[in-house]
Amino acid sequence: MARHTVGSVHELAITESIVDAIVEKIGDGPVAAVRLEIGRLSGVVTDSIRFCFGIVAVGTGLDGARLDIDEPPGRAYCRDCRREFALDDPIMLCDCGSADLDILAGQELRIVSVEVR
Amino acid sequence: MCSTCGCGGEDATTRVTLVEGPEQAQPHGHAHLHDHPHDHDHAHDHDHATRTVLLEQDILAKNDLLAAATRHRLAERSITAINLMSSPGSGKTTLLERTITDIGDRRETLVIEGDQETWLDAQRIRATGRKVVQINTGAGCHLDAEMLGRGLTELDPPDGSLVFVENVGNLVCPALFDLGESARVVIISVTEGADKPAKYPYMFRTADLVLLNKVDLLPYVDFDVDLCLDLIHRLQPDVEMLPVSATRGDGLDAWHEWLANRSAATVLQ
Ligand SMILES: Nc1nc2c(ncn2[C@@H]2O[C@H](COP(=O)(O)OP(=O)(O)OP(=O)(O)O)[C@@H](O)[C@H]2O)c(=O)[nH]1
Ligand SMILES: [Mg+2]
Ligand SMILES: [Zn+2]
Repeated sequence: MARHTVGSVHELAITESIVDAIVEKIGDGPVAAVRLEIGRLSGVVTDSIRFCFGIVAVGTGLDGARLDIDEPPGRAYCRDCRREFALDDPIMLCDCGSADLDILAGQELRIVSVEVR
Repeated sequence: MCSTCGCGGEDATTRVTLVEGPEQAQPHGHAHLHDHPHDHDHAHDHDHATRTVLLEQDILAKNDLLAAATRHRLAERSITAINLMSSPGSGKTTLLERTITDIGDRRETLVIEGDQETWLDAQRIRATGRKVVQINTGAGCHLDAEMLGRGLTELDPPDGSLVFVENVGNLVCPALFDLGESARVVIISVTEGADKPAKYPYMFRTADLVLLNKVDLLPYVDFDVDLCLDLIHRLQPDVEMLPVSATRGDGLDAWHEWLANRSAATVLQ
C-alpha cells in the first residue's frame, strides 16, 4: 500500500500497549518472538511499531525479541452492488462509486501469540 | 511509561490539574534525566527450545475496556461528554468559549483540556467561569481512555452536565483512541484546505459530526466546501457537516440543536 505517513507518536502508545499486555499475560520471563496482526487499513505504520518496539521493550522480557508482523490486506463488501472486493486504500470506495461498505478485513490490530523460552 | 525513552512509571509525564484561575502559577516542566544505565550485554541463547503461547488479543483492548467503563459511568449519570478533535489552531478553544457562554445557565457545562504543555487553554476556559481540568500529555500526542478517566475523577461533573473534552491538536493519533466519550466531533477550518478528509481518513471516519469552522473567511480563501463534504461522505456516507464561525456566530444554532439531540440520545433510558 502506498503510505506516505511518517510514523507518529500513536505508534509509540500502541507499542506500549502491546508490551504491557504481553507482560501482564505472561509475566517478565524471556520472550523469543512476538506475532502481531496489523491490518493494512488499521492506520498503524508497522515500521514505526518496529522502531518503537526496540525502545519500549528495554527492561522487559521482550527485550531483543523478534517481531513477526502479519499485514492482512483489506477486503470490503459493497451494500449497493453486493460485491466483495479487495481494498488497499484508506479512502474506501467501491468501483460503483458507493461508500456504503462493510469492511471485512484489514482493520486488525491484534497480538496473536508469543514464543517464550 | 515515559513516551520518550520507555522508562519509568506511567504517571511521570501525564499531569492532570484542576486550574482554579489565571493567577495560579503553572509549575515548570518536569526535568527528565535520561542517564539511567541499562545493562545490554545479557547473552541470549538462541538454541533454546521455545513454546508458543496464543494470546489472540486486541492491542487496544485495555484502552477500549476503560473507555466502555467510562461510557457506562457517564450514561448512568446522564452526563454527555463531547470529544473535540482538530488540527492545531482550527478553533476548538474559541468554539468552546463561545458555546459555553451561549449555554449560560441552561445546563452545567465543564471542560477538560488536553495539550502537550501549558495551561493556556484551561485558563481561557476558566475566564468564562466554568470548572476546567487541564491534562498535559508531555510527549504524548493524544488523550487516551485512562487519561480521560483521571480527568473526569478530578473534574467531578454533576449528574446531567455537559462535559467538553478538547483533545490534543492533531488529526492523526486521537483517531485511534476511544475515550469513552458520548460523541466525537471533528473540526476542520476553511484555512486548512478542503483535502484534509482525504489526507486524514481515520479521523474523519470516526467522527459523529464534522464542524467546518471559520466560514467567515470563505470569501478570502480558496476552499471548495462541496469537495470537502464529498470527501467526508466517501469515508462516512451519513455523517453531517455543519458550517460555523466560532468568532462571528454563523451556524451555532444548528450546533446547539445537534448537542441537545445528542445529549438526549446518550442518556440511559
Ligand atoms: N476568522 C476566524 N478565526 C477563528 C475562528 N475560530 C477561531 N479562530 C482563530 O483561530 C485561532 C486559533 O483558535 P483556537 O481556538 O486557539 O484553536 P485551537 O483549535 O483551540 O488550537 P490548539 O488548542 O492550539 O490546537 C485564534 O486566533 C482564533 O481567534 C473563526 O470562526 N473565524
Ligand atoms: Mg485549544
Ligand atoms: Zn459497489
